[in-house]
Amino acid sequence: MTTPSEPATSDAAVATISDVPDLITPTWEYAPAPEAREIVTIRSSYGLFVGGEFVESSDGRAFKTVNPASEEVLAEVTEAGPADVDRAVTAARRAYDDVWGPMSGRERAKYLYRIARTIQERARELAVLETLDNGKPIRETRDVDVPLAAAHFFHHAGWADKLAHAGYGADPRPLGVAGQIIPWNFPLLMLAWKIAPALACGNTVVLKPAETTPLSALAFAEICQQADLPPGVVNIVTGAGETGRAVVEHPDVDKVAFTGSTEVGKLIRRAVAGTRKKLTLELGGKAANVVFDDAALDQAVEGIVNGIFFNQGHVCCAGSRLLVQESVVEPVMDRLKRRLGKLRVGDPLDKNTDLGAINSSEQLERITELVEAGAAEGAHLWQAECTLPERGWWFPPTVFTEVSQSHRIAREEIFGPVLSVLTFRTPDEAVDKANNTPYGLSAGVWTEKGSRILWMAQRLRAGVVWANTFNRFDPASPFGGYKESGFGREGGRHGLEAYLDV
Amino acid sequence: MSDGAGRLDVRKTYKLYIGGAFPRSESGRSYEVTAADGRFLANAARASRKDLRDAVVAARKAQPGWAAATAYNRGQVLYRVAEVLEGRREQFAAEVAAAWGVDATAAAGEVDAAIDRWVWYAGWSDKIAVVDGAANPVAGPYFNFSIPEPTGVVGIVAPQTSPLLGLVSVIAPVVVSGNTCVVIASHRMPLPAITLSEVLATSDVPGGVINLLTGHVEELAPHLAGHMDVNAIDLAGVEPDAAAELEVAAADNIKRVLRPPTDGEPDWTAEPDPRRILRFTETKTVWHPMGV
Repeated sequence: MTTPSEPATSDAAVATISDVPDLITPTWEYAPAPEAREIVTIRSSYGLFVGGEFVESSDGRAFKTVNPASEEVLAEVTEAGPADVDRAVTAARRAYDDVWGPMSGRERAKYLYRIARTIQERARELAVLETLDNGKPIRETRDVDVPLAAAHFFHHAGWADKLAHAGYGADPRPLGVAGQIIPWNFPLLMLAWKIAPALACGNTVVLKPAETTPLSALAFAEICQQADLPPGVVNIVTGAGETGRAVVEHPDVDKVAFTGSTEVGKLIRRAVAGTRKKLTLELGGKAANVVFDDAALDQAVEGIVNGIFFNQGHVCCAGSRLLVQESVVEPVMDRLKRRLGKLRVGDPLDKNTDLGAINSSEQLERITELVEAGAAEGAHLWQAECTLPERGWWFPPTVFTEVSQSHRIAREEIFGPVLSVLTFRTPDEAVDKANNTPYGLSAGVWTEKGSRILWMAQRLRAGVVWANTFNRFDPASPFGGYKESGFGREGGRHGLEAYLDV
Repeated sequence: MSDGAGRLDVRKTYKLYIGGAFPRSESGRSYEVTAADGRFLANAARASRKDLRDAVVAARKAQPGWAAATAYNRGQVLYRVAEVLEGRREQFAAEVAAAWGVDATAAAGEVDAAIDRWVWYAGWSDKIAVVDGAANPVAGPYFNFSIPEPTGVVGIVAPQTSPLLGLVSVIAPVVVSGNTCVVIASHRMPLPAITLSEVLATSDVPGGVINLLTGHVEELAPHLAGHMDVNAIDLAGVEPDAAAELEVAAADNIKRVLRPPTDGEPDWTAEPDPRRILRFTETKTVWHPMGV
């Protein structure tokens, strides 16, 4: 990608911040600061985790998982076929009937605490593994993914023996076997979001990680072994869409939980129609991040960057539609572009890296296609100047200005480091534009005026509203969408409902 | 009566209830409603797909204002429905008695329970956020809270065998949180629903908040389930075997679906579960930094 020259948008009479020479802080070059990858041992091939042990497939094939930053093959992984999925569901059912279902909440809690502690003990290894398989920067796996995954098990452990106090009746019952399908953007964290509440509520699980990022789930299987978790309580079946379909359609699965695209979510919704399976869906988003003219602009710019460039923009709740009040468009864009010029794109294992690799060549193609559509439809493309590595899949931080609401880049989820900038004049217009989407997962508001924050928070049709912050997650805080972003919540007291027969 | 001694009764024309008005079906169709003993009662309007779409438009238009009303206000409006209904007990008892083929005393039990149900749900308006909301103790300097909000426009297939109590038991939990609704009434016993809409029109329920259609469930329900501007559907009055198709249609815009019970219609006289309200709410979580 070449970098087009910046448009001459600023009025010559108005001094912008980039005109001010920075005499105090010289630019320092960063020395490479790579995290050691030796801490991780990756086997050349992995079986499925069924009934507490790694087993060979009976009818499946194998596929390879690669490091998106280098295209190096990391391991060969089994693609579970219907017979494999059936074995996993059978193991989960037996564990539910014989061990996990009858077990007291107090004992279940202790297993979850053990798992949380083991994740903490192996945190560095898991962070490196996740970065290798996913392409996301080590800074994020180390500081976000792995600590939050541990926190989810720790939080839900405490629920296991307190379910009677959760507001779902005196003796809420588990559902049985949960079939769970998670995406590739936060492989270990999404696993924790799914497995921790399921086990806390007394269910057993069959989990299918994404085909491009199965390794941390397989490492988690080892953690289950270290924790002496009873065999069959957690089963991991690796594979792609067909494996997922077998999980969803298995007649002995009582609950289906899916995080992924709205398109696949609709297929799953249709597949469970007419059954009594309980379903929760965490689907796509096209979040508005609304910046008012009285916002603390430097903080807002950090929030914008965090909103869309965190995790390469591979975030369903990413703040991909920036709505800026017209009177501050120039200073905001000026500071934003200057800030993006400092983002470091490259080796995900380098501790200084801000933006890692795009997870797969397919995803890179989708991003590229939508960015080309944005330019073709007349939006103005700007990309940060950066040198991208030659091997691997990369995309530079990208900003579109002069975007209108009908543009594809303003309507479709891009799932990459691409920001679309729109403007508004009045708070009412901001609300209308923010809500002008079939999605409703998240939204952001930047203003120093408290009453305006609450007014906006009330009107934005989104499951999570971040005011003067963005992309915050916590196991105690419910997360989930309105409208076509899916239904059900994960986290907190509200998230338990998905795994209880209520 | 035509013997000259008595007077001929004035029959009522039963129409649809859309946006606070009582239109006939745009299709010009009607269908014959008979009592339990087979005698002719009335020609009810047979709503078309166009009527249903008009009702959704009316419900969508009314929704923001109804949701923006204070919980105290919505509670009073629901209670007002009970007040007006109380004043027309005899009429409802007669209509339920005719539909069911029981005497007026037996039917009065259904009416009394329906009145009491409005009162019960009226009281939930300002309590649902108290029991379902949360202040979440997140790790970090943030104030974080969750509140239930209405999901929007809800489509309801009303219970088929409980023409008043069942109807009220599915409408009240939907509207108490700030949703508006489009209801397909019981096919065989639609008259109490239309008489209820006269109560709604003369109480303080804003036009469009509750829209009632009479007609053929199998004709209308697929369009309700597939409507892209309906946020949720309650399949209370749908046969379990017929629900699958509607669930498939509901996937088009990821509607929230409340499935029908597997073992037939529930006992509507039993104490209701407030979690029915939460089937039609969303949880919104707001984060704000803390600092000085």
